[in-house]
Amino acid sequence: MAGQLSIAKALNEALRKSLENDPKTLLMGEDIGKLGGVFRITDGLQKDFGDDRVIDTPLAESGIMGTAIGLALRGYRPVVEIQFDGFVYPAFDQIVSQLAKMHSRALGHVKMPVTVRIPYAGGIGAVEHHSESHEAYFAHTAGLRVVSPSNAHDAYWMLRQAIESDDPVIFLEPKRRYWDKGEVGDSAGLSLHEARVVRQGADATLIAYGPMVKVCLEAAAAAEEDGRSLEVVDLRSLSPVDFDALEQSVKRTGRGIVVHEAPVFMGMGAELAARLTERCFYHLEAPVLRVGGYHAPYPPSRVEEAFLPDLDRVLDAVDRALAF
Amino acid sequence: MTVKSTARARKKAAPGVPDNLRNKGKDAQPELVQLLTPEGERVENPEFPLVITPEELRALYRDLVLVRRFDAEATSLQRQGELGLWASLLGQEAAQVGSGRAMRPGDYAFPTYREHGVAWCRDVDPLNLLGMFRGVNHGGWDPNEKNFHLYTIVIGAQTLHATGYAMGITKDGTDDAVIAYFGDGASSQGDVSEAFTFASVYNSPVVFFCQNNQWAISEPTTVQTRIPLYRRALGFGFPGVRVDGNDVLACLAVTRWALDHARSGNGPVLIEAFTYRMGAHTTSDDPTRYRPTEETEAWKAKDPITRLKAYLDREGLADEAFFAGIEAESEELGLRVREGVRSMPDPDPTLIFDHVYAEPHALVEEERAEYEAYAASFEGGENN
Ligand SMILES: Cc1ncc(C[n+]2csc(CCOP(=O)(O)OP(=O)(O)O)c2C)c(N)n1
Ligand SMILES: [Mg+2]
Repeated sequence: MAGQLSIAKALNEALRKSLENDPKTLLMGEDIGKLGGVFRITDGLQKDFGDDRVIDTPLAESGIMGTAIGLALRGYRPVVEIQFDGFVYPAFDQIVSQLAKMHSRALGHVKMPVTVRIPYAGGIGAVEHHSESHEAYFAHTAGLRVVSPSNAHDAYWMLRQAIESDDPVIFLEPKRRYWDKGEVGDSAGLSLHEARVVRQGADATLIAYGPMVKVCLEAAAAAEEDGRSLEVVDLRSLSPVDFDALEQSVKRTGRGIVVHEAPVFMGMGAELAARLTERCFYHLEAPVLRVGGYHAPYPPSRVEEAFLPDLDRVLDAVDRALAF
Repeated sequence: MTVKSTARARKKAAPGVPDNLRNKGKDAQPELVQLLTPEGERVENPEFPLVITPEELRALYRDLVLVRRFDAEATSLQRQGELGLWASLLGQEAAQVGSGRAMRPGDYAFPTYREHGVAWCRDVDPLNLLGMFRGVNHGGWDPNEKNFHLYTIVIGAQTLHATGYAMGITKDGTDDAVIAYFGDGASSQGDVSEAFTFASVYNSPVVFFCQNNQWAISEPTTVQTRIPLYRRALGFGFPGVRVDGNDVLACLAVTRWALDHARSGNGPVLIEAFTYRMGAHTTSDDPTRYRPTEETEAWKAKDPITRLKAYLDREGLADEAFFAGIEAESEELGLRVREGVRSMPDPDPTLIFDHVYAEPHALVEEERAEYEAYAASFEGGENN
């Protein structure tokens, strides 16, 4: 694809291509038609594909999810948009009790090729329920695949791969990066669940996904000035996790630091730290550290900067890891 | 008599269903309760009589004007960067003031995020409402102080809270009642249907007050329903009424009736206030993408304030001095709101750890200490 695309535009193009490629692909959600979604990710799609394929639904997330499951049973490939992270919970029962388990309960006789797109995480100065990072709930649920791109290339290709998957995929879009631009290559390069080393380094490995990849890259650049060489791995997939890639990196650097916006307690970092400790124990120079949110509701926007991991908090963890 | 006509006759009789509860089908013209026409003419409705003094009429006018002023001020404060977001109530003043003034002091309101006019009637300081839109708190007021619950952003959730609160009133045996506010879009949420069911089977003293402002962000009401919303109540077994939501007198009379109906042990009522969202959904929204300006123009002619003013003028119920006085008060309010917002202090980040639990929690305390030590390490730096 020629030129630089924003993540938002890359997602829009991926949806367009998916609608073109497969007449069974449908988009469903609140305000995704004329408005193009509150983030304009579906901009122009209803006009081009009609309102029977790009469907403005009633304001009911459980309804959206439950009917998407029914459509999938009937052979359709629904791509659901949840307007904001905090509004997926009314659909949570349909996701964890129905969507995630249907294939298994039917002993493989039915498939659930449903993609659930959710703009997630904070940093946009929003009111309550518009800044949450709830990936752990989904990753904790067997039957769901969970991914989160961090750049335009991955946004485009991972969304296409997610839609093509015959399993349900929770597709977490880092909303504060929607307007970040990047090159979108001509092929995916990686399968949906592979991690990518986005910066090579020798002293420690920063592991991040979605909105925090950029923060980690900035931290690595800043650390370089202090003569520290940090590797940054973009996890991309939260279930399954590409542990082989992480293991290789952490064995090489001897230190791992997981960074996410979600609260640290019982977050992705807990699982990553535990598994990496098991896999890399004799190579570790320090415990695998975690940088993330606190065990508290996402705060009002005027203090969200204190809640969100930033360059300083990442570098602080790097200092601690190197001090061991 | 042929079999066919018998069948038709039987259908017509529909035994057991009182006429007002019969589903009239989607083509039947909905009945709209109106006591003040858009031109400002007083009309009577025998089912909803309203005895009101000139003084009370002037007080309603004052409410409408001040609420609109507050709202306009908030919109411009958002434009100036003082608020992160604002959800304007422009056009819905009568629905909110009429229903808000129908409440007794012991009644309780459960708002959405747009009920600034109801908050006004409950005597909640307008500045309190702005905290969450500025991003200094998530609500912050004590709901029990004014019997006005926190704003609820998750669509429909508060209708269940209102119902539970009403169930508690029944258990306590008092004659208070509750109003649950929600929108046309919210009517699709499962929570709202569940609230209707609970309120109905427990005969709870709750009035479901739906402001049908014709839009749920970009979705017109036709995306949510095939029948007028007030008729949904019939299926749940309680009365539904559609009222002209731009007519403050009708909203007052109908809500007063509904609250009394509920508080006297007759169970819930659904009121559909038929109104219009004159502005954008919020300051982040761009309605030119989805709705025709002619529609908005047409609703301008039904403005709730213009019609009450026309009535007051025509009947000679208020003089120039009164209107000038309201104007002055409105300026004062605007000033107070502007200055109040601009001088709202930014909270200390440690508020993150406040009130997470009612009782001490080891992890929260540990993380608070960690945060404080970390922040202190920037002594003299950017965090201080
Ligand atoms: C559960 C949930 N889903 C989605 C949203 C996003 N959202 C906020 S307001 C709104 C439309 C609400 O429409 P309506 O109920 O008619 O109320 P109005 O805004 O018109 O007052 C939507 C979809 C939300 N806040 N909560
Ligand atoms: Mg509405």
